[in-house]
Order: sequence, then C-alpha cells, then structure tokens
Amino acid sequence: MWKYEKKLQYPVNIKNPNPKYAKIIISQYGGPDGELGASMRYLTQRYGMPYNEVKGILTDVGTEELAHLEMICAMVYQLTRNLTPEQIKASGFDTYFVDHTASVYPVAASGLPWRAEYIQSKGDIIADLHEDLGAEQKARVTYDNLIRLIDDPDILDPLKFLRQREIVHYQRFGDAKHTHSNRFIYKVHNQKKGLSKHGSPLCFYSSSLL
Amino acid sequence: MNEKCMMKKSIDSICFSILETELFLDTHPRDQKALHMLREYRRRKREAIAAYEAKFGKYIVTTDDVPASDRWCWIDSPWPWERQV
Repeated sequence: MWKYEKKLQYPVNIKNPNPKYAKIIISQYGGPDGELGASMRYLTQRYGMPYNEVKGILTDVGTEELAHLEMICAMVYQLTRNLTPEQIKASGFDTYFVDHTASVYPVAASGLPWRAEYIQSKGDIIADLHEDLGAEQKARVTYDNLIRLIDDPDILDPLKFLRQREIVHYQRFGDAKHTHSNRFIYKVHNQKKGLSKHGSPLCFYSSSLL
Repeated sequence: MNEKCMMKKSIDSICFSILETELFLDTHPRDQKALHMLREYRRRKREAIAAYEAKFGKYIVTTDDVPASDRWCWIDSPWPWERQV
C-alpha cells in the first residue's frame, strides 16, 4: 500500500501563470516519456522480477515517480490560474481548455491522451531493465527540451531537479542490471561445475519458468 | 528566506538524502557505509523535525496526528500543489 505525505518532493512555486508553458510541461505528466508512464511502468514490472534487489528498486523508483507526477501537475496547476479568455485564446491553450477547462488531464504536448502502449511489462529482467534505462534517458531528453523552451526561473528550478532524478534513476537501474549480470555469471559458473540442475539460461531470466 | 523556511528546507534536504541512500541500498544491500549514512540521516531528520516543531508546530500534518482541536485538520490548506505565498 501507499501512504500520502502532504508535501511535494521539491518545491514548486510559480509566480507568473503561463498557459503556453503549461501546454508543453503537461507532456511530462501524460506524454510518451512522462512521469505517469514511468510510475506505471516500474510499479507494474515488479511482479515479473525474480530478484529482491530489482523488486526493491522498481518499487522505490516507481513510488518516487508518483511524487514527480505530482510536481508536474502542480506546475500545470499553478501555470493555469486566473486566466482570462483572451490569454487562453492568444496562448493556444484554448484547444486544451475546451475539453478540460483548467483541470489537469494526462495528455502529451500534442494533445494525445496518455496510453498504456507507452509502457511495457515483458516479464523478462533483461528486456524490462533495458526498457527502463531507455525510458529514463528519454525522460531526461524531454526535460532538456523543456529547459530549452522555457525562460522562467520559477519553472526551470523544479525542471532541473526532475532532470537530475532521471539521471540518478538511470544509474540505479544500471546497478540493478549489474546485479543480475553478476548473478548470471555466478549461475553459469555453477552450471559448468555441475552445481545446478537448471538447464538453459532462459529459465534463469524468469523465476516463473523454473 | 525566514527562519521557518530555512528550517523546513533543511528537513527537506535531509529527507532527500534519506531517499537517495535508500535507492542506493536497494541494489547494494550490504554496503556498510551506506547503512551507516542512512542511520545518521535518520537521526538528523528526527532532530531537525523536533527543533522545527518546538518553534513552529507540526512540520507536516499526517492522518496519524491526533487532531489538537475538535476538527479533522488533515484537510486544511495548503495542499501541496497550491502556491505557498
């Protein structure tokens, strides 16, 4: 289960509303490499993982992504306060506003709603961890692009924090992959010495096949 | 930044160190240095929260808190996404 802490992981305090920025930042909520997909990806993949180290890192990173999703939503929320109809039309926010008013809905910057196809849960430690490493880098690039397009320091500060977290998560998933590789080498070593009855490496990737 | 904000920021940064160390320990569960750091950060967090609460009241309201008054203060503003003025 989860328990809610009534605070943001890192402060979001944006003085000037800007619906144009809200419309691109929302991609890190409901876009293809956004935080909603990240949390769902990791929390869902946990069930197919054979090792406790990997179950642990997917649980904890997946949980942190929920906190990031909340920060992104807080940014969109604060950027869309007290707008006039003129501001909404002039900024291009009208295409979002007509369906969602100033509420937060998981869409990409292009307007495409969030889709489960953005994530995978393959039940194979190598396939899933490689997806996770790629996902962190794609999220990092999306933050790079947002930082290129935005010039308000109140927005850039939390965006830079979130960008750094993608890099740390990439490192941690790399560690998880090494944990697996080391165990794999150990296992092959034992097999050669006739210490294990398990046959093919395939059995090793997914405990459910054993 | 006033003293209250400074103290809050200091607690938040210790919480962040705890999170970072916990993530590291997931894949390095026998790392004694990291375990030692985690214990140290948790001690610092307890102390920092105690110092904050002695001066300014609750650091964050949780559902575990027994309401001091006759009402359920969990629902009180500000919620985290609301701008702290």
